[in-house]
Amino acid sequence: MTERFVVAIDQGTTSTRCIVFDRRGNLVSVAQREHRQHFPRPGWVEHDAMEIWRNVGKVVPRALNQAGLSIDQIAAIGIANQRETTVVWDRRTGVPVAPALIWQDTRTDLVVEALSRASGAEHIQELCGLPLTTYFSGPKLRWLLDHIPGLAERAERGEVLFGTMESWLIWNLTGGPDGGLHLTDVTNASRTMLMDLRTLDWHPRLLSFFGVPAAMLPQIRSSSEVYGTATAVLPGVRIAAALGDQQAALFGQTCFDSGEAKCTYGTGSFLLLNTGTEPVPSRHGLLTTVGYRIGDEPALYALEGSIAITGSLVQWFRDQLELISTAPEIETLARTVDDNGGCYIVPAFSGLFAPHWRSEARGTIVGLTSYITKGHLARAVLEATGWQTREVVDAMNADSGLELTALRVDGGMTANNLLMQFVADVLAVPVVRPMAAETVSLGAAYAAGLAVEYWPDLGGLRSNWHPAARWVPEMDAAVRTRERENWRRAVERTFDWIRPEEDPARR
Amino acid sequence: MPGQVQSIARAAAILRLLASSSGRLGIGEIARSLNLPKGTAHGIIRTLQDVGFVEQDKTSGKYQLGATLLHLGTSYLDVNELRSRSINWADPLAARSGEAVRIGTLLDGKVLVVHHVFRPDDILQTLDVGSLLPPHATALGKVLLAYDVGAANAVTQREPEPYTRRTLVTARALTRALSEIRDNGWGAEIGEMTPGEAGIAAPIRGYGGLVVGAIGLSGPVDRTCDGSGNPRPALVTYVRDAARAVSRDLGATRW
Repeated sequence: MTERFVVAIDQGTTSTRCIVFDRRGNLVSVAQREHRQHFPRPGWVEHDAMEIWRNVGKVVPRALNQAGLSIDQIAAIGIANQRETTVVWDRRTGVPVAPALIWQDTRTDLVVEALSRASGAEHIQELCGLPLTTYFSGPKLRWLLDHIPGLAERAERGEVLFGTMESWLIWNLTGGPDGGLHLTDVTNASRTMLMDLRTLDWHPRLLSFFGVPAAMLPQIRSSSEVYGTATAVLPGVRIAAALGDQQAALFGQTCFDSGEAKCTYGTGSFLLLNTGTEPVPSRHGLLTTVGYRIGDEPALYALEGSIAITGSLVQWFRDQLELISTAPEIETLARTVDDNGGCYIVPAFSGLFAPHWRSEARGTIVGLTSYITKGHLARAVLEATGWQTREVVDAMNADSGLELTALRVDGGMTANNLLMQFVADVLAVPVVRPMAAETVSLGAAYAAGLAVEYWPDLGGLRSNWHPAARWVPEMDAAVRTRERENWRRAVERTFDWIRPEEDPARR
Repeated sequence: MPGQVQSIARAAAILRLLASSSGRLGIGEIARSLNLPKGTAHGIIRTLQDVGFVEQDKTSGKYQLGATLLHLGTSYLDVNELRSRSINWADPLAARSGEAVRIGTLLDGKVLVVHHVFRPDDILQTLDVGSLLPPHATALGKVLLAYDVGAANAVTQREPEPYTRRTLVTARALTRALSEIRDNGWGAEIGEMTPGEAGIAAPIRGYGGLVVGAIGLSGPVDRTCDGSGNPRPALVTYVRDAARAVSRDLGATRW
């Protein structure tokens, strides 16, 4: 019998990638294609969903060719995707009625403000686990229904369909206008604000709150189950998984047990903690979301804390302050000194996110003395990522009653040894980087392979997971306590900086 | 005697021109000053920019001498940059070979471990990034010495420490080993540091083929060597492939 493989499609914010994995979870080949980012107005970010679908048609054959594989060697397709991005398209022609509204797009700020004053607003988070903000699909869909002439009526009549990226791709992969399957998975649906976290179904109260007709919504399915067979791109291959990218990374990191957590360190960072089969409401500014659901088994829930500025603080240090010429050099510069010299940088560039949620806060550098060198500043930049991780972990421990025992990490910043050691030091738990760097794609491949019995069970997936590096806490407890307190005081100094009349976004 | 290489002479002239000018220069100004066609000047400037000798100002598009020129004598590739650029190739090397992977560079006559990937067997291992290894008794070290005459001379003159019976301690043995490494493009160490342990390494090259580091694996002799005591050819291929991949990423064209 010839060897078989699993294909993951990672539909991300800047590019679409196809990665082929073998049975041991090793990466066999990768093909990638970027798509255009459209910024028609300040705060608006759009993608052309058609361009993205065409890119899928290009990267998948390229990845197969690179590895010399034929279609019959592909056991299943799994999809991981940028979350919350909203597409509405014509059921009959398959043409999107508008550009895709990207998660970063903030045009819905007025929609959100109006909705937050509407009756019933106070019960929304209880049902869907999410606070009312511009990120999520519900407000974006509301905006489209309000601003595209005739769209609301067509939606009522079921002539147009709504979906996040995985819905759009699955519909097209399974025939599009010609019998395409209109479905989504629990993780993506949990980012719309339209799904009841407990029943895992669209909730009538949420639909009426956002004014969304049920006729345009996809069917909610598990993250790992055979949805159908592709008729395009990989005809005959079963589509067997879909997960939002951060949930896919949680799955790829094999965080299958309650209490296991991963953090993806990129421009911003996303920490997800598996909290088991019950959704945990957050009292500390985190999101409650679905981690994954395998077939008919109960769904696994997660708490999510996102940190807006981590890698982008290093980029700011490089591009705006020009103190280093490449991002990795920050470690070299930071190592020219032994500690932060009493200096702290709090990167509240556009307010503070989880767990503070202070939109009026702005960034600050405190503790400056004539002693401070650029080396100390470099340390403070890296330490900011460490302390922000600690704040999210503290909030998670408090919300979940679980005690984090280790943190699994991935993403570009894990190449920074000084930072990873510092994260271990301030969390007081080991930090582990797995050998498989592509955890998002791997998670989608794992979920798909599981559904078609390419991999037998979660244990089989776990045995593929190997640590590539492990950092253990070395910081003295007294130092940790002192520094934690200094960071807390530095954060306090960012509060109340922007006054309402000064906020340009509100003019 | 070979003739003058025209483009190198022109590159030198451009560097002198930039050094003597008070501000930054545009491509047109450079071309006019040296009486060169604009396209020719641009080609040379682009190459000088690639190697870091010239920098372009982002807003004005004008050129100035690069910061690299100020510390030409020290290592030109930041070790943390080297780790960042090689991490995606070191992981698959460990996964494929089943052995621990390290990347090293020379620092004051020792091998500095820049990156370390655990052996993929889930037995508890300790990260040893930042530690120093003896250059004459490790595969990484010997590969680095093979391409650094100064460092190699310094090691042979100091009477290298014998770690095992097999450690190369004479200038003659070491010189012969380094010459073999240059011929083969890779090197090995079998029981020269610790009895029963072996390592295989290959050079990582940057712009112009300059060796900037070495990548290698290490493990027990019975896993890394074949019946006749030679490094397993498959493992040698994995190591060389990884070294080539990192080199390509760093801008080395031929390797």
